[in-house]
Amino acid sequence: MIKIDIHKNLSAHDGNMNLHINCEIEKGELVTLYGESGAGKTSTLRILAGLLKPDKGEITIDNNTWVDTKNKIFLSPQKRNIGYVFQDYALFPNMTVLQNLEFASDSLQDKKVITDLIEMMELGELKNRKPQTLSGGQQQRVALARALVRKPDILLLDEPLAALDYKIRLKLQDYIAKIHHEYGLTTLLVSHDIGEIMKLSDRVIVLEQGKITRQGNPGEIFSNQNISGKFKFIGEVLKIEPQDVVIVVSVLIQNNVVKVIAEKSEVQSLRIGDKVMVASKAFNPILYKIE
Amino acid sequence: MNWDPLFITLKLAVVTTIILLVISIPMAYWLVNTKSRSKPFIETLISMPLVLPPTVLGFYFLVAFSPGNAFGSWINEWLGLKLVFSFGGLVLASIIYSLPFMVHPIQSGLSTLPHSLTEASQVMGKSKWTTLLKVLLPNCKASVLTGIVLAFAHTVGEFGVVLMIGGSIPGKTKVASIAIYDEVEAMNYGAANFYATVLFIITFCILLMVYLVNGGYLKRFWK
Repeated sequence: MIKIDIHKNLSAHDGNMNLHINCEIEKGELVTLYGESGAGKTSTLRILAGLLKPDKGEITIDNNTWVDTKNKIFLSPQKRNIGYVFQDYALFPNMTVLQNLEFASDSLQDKKVITDLIEMMELGELKNRKPQTLSGGQQQRVALARALVRKPDILLLDEPLAALDYKIRLKLQDYIAKIHHEYGLTTLLVSHDIGEIMKLSDRVIVLEQGKITRQGNPGEIFSNQNISGKFKFIGEVLKIEPQDVVIVVSVLIQNNVVKVIAEKSEVQSLRIGDKVMVASKAFNPILYKIE
Repeated sequence: MNWDPLFITLKLAVVTTIILLVISIPMAYWLVNTKSRSKPFIETLISMPLVLPPTVLGFYFLVAFSPGNAFGSWINEWLGLKLVFSFGGLVLASIIYSLPFMVHPIQSGLSTLPHSLTEASQVMGKSKWTTLLKVLLPNCKASVLTGIVLAFAHTVGEFGVVLMIGGSIPGKTKVASIAIYDEVEAMNYGAANFYATVLFIITFCILLMVYLVNGGYLKRFWK
């Protein structure tokens, strides 16, 4: 279990902000930090990794203290066992994919981990290529694999999929889910994409202005009322067109466009680009096997 | 033809460049990463030789290292170094004189690397030193090469400093650039032309190599 209780004064573009994070994360949980840019999400990850020093507070992992400002304890990033995937991936351009993974490993460490990871992330054909010759999605897979070489206690993902296009993002979400479960990781994800959050995370922590304002499971957080629906999908409003007496709202769910009929009162607060949940509970779905 | 001045020039440039490389890498790394308030002062000091007439530097060296004063005699007695009119003095003066030519390219090379590379390496448990040698420097090879070549070429082209501190002793401190001047003074244009041509060719070749390597022309050629 990870216990975090830290304060840090950050200078943001619009004045100072006091970051205060107080939360606990269970072993094996996948928790998403959600919030506007500048809310302190990345800073929280950096403080966990030891790349940023908190002004005061404590961080304990199981029974190990990583940070305890009262007793002047601050473990350097080198001494914390952490996997970190950076927004820009931070792959070393002078090394091949394989060398990038090897560099991450300890000299005493079993090299089998690397072979396993290469297989799992399907990097076999790319292993002798340099990072700059890879596509964004491929680089991301290398970065994920590299972060896992040291068998970290915690995996920190800083908007790992933000720069990728939609299809590749979906595929990489599957990879993240896979490694999270297979390696029994505790994962902290920073993400803006509600679909992604719904799909991946057990719990969402919402940050506003450096403070935790809400937390709970994604369904609770992203819908105002609790709907015990059979169908729940998160999508984005593409079009709102009045037709005769009803209004047709086109919603993009993953890569399908779904048309939903709505009433005037429902649409009032909706704008194009809004995230919405499409839920239904009154009818019985039919399953067709696709082959 | 007397080859001595050319050998001394070459020896001086090689020794100076090697020592400069060793001290400039940690210095550049410190300058890129420090938040110390002394940084602007240190940077100014390193850059001074760019604008100061070489004779100013040479003059102060001469005064400082002269066995006639306390500092010079202390060095002479305790370290057994005679820095005035000696090769050792030439090397020391050249190091300081060419310092910005080595530090600046490496510093700018390091500072253009994304900070996340350092952080990624740290998170993998690697020390600062390992990170510098295995990650940062290999990714700014071009800047390091530029530094090496500029420092080398600049040392070859020195005149004022080496004249002041070295004193143009034949076979000991008389480098090619000074030899040219001496030969011209003696109306010996043939010899002057010889040294001048050799220096011209050497520096041209060195600089050309940098542009070829950094421009990627050689790689294309080999492929």
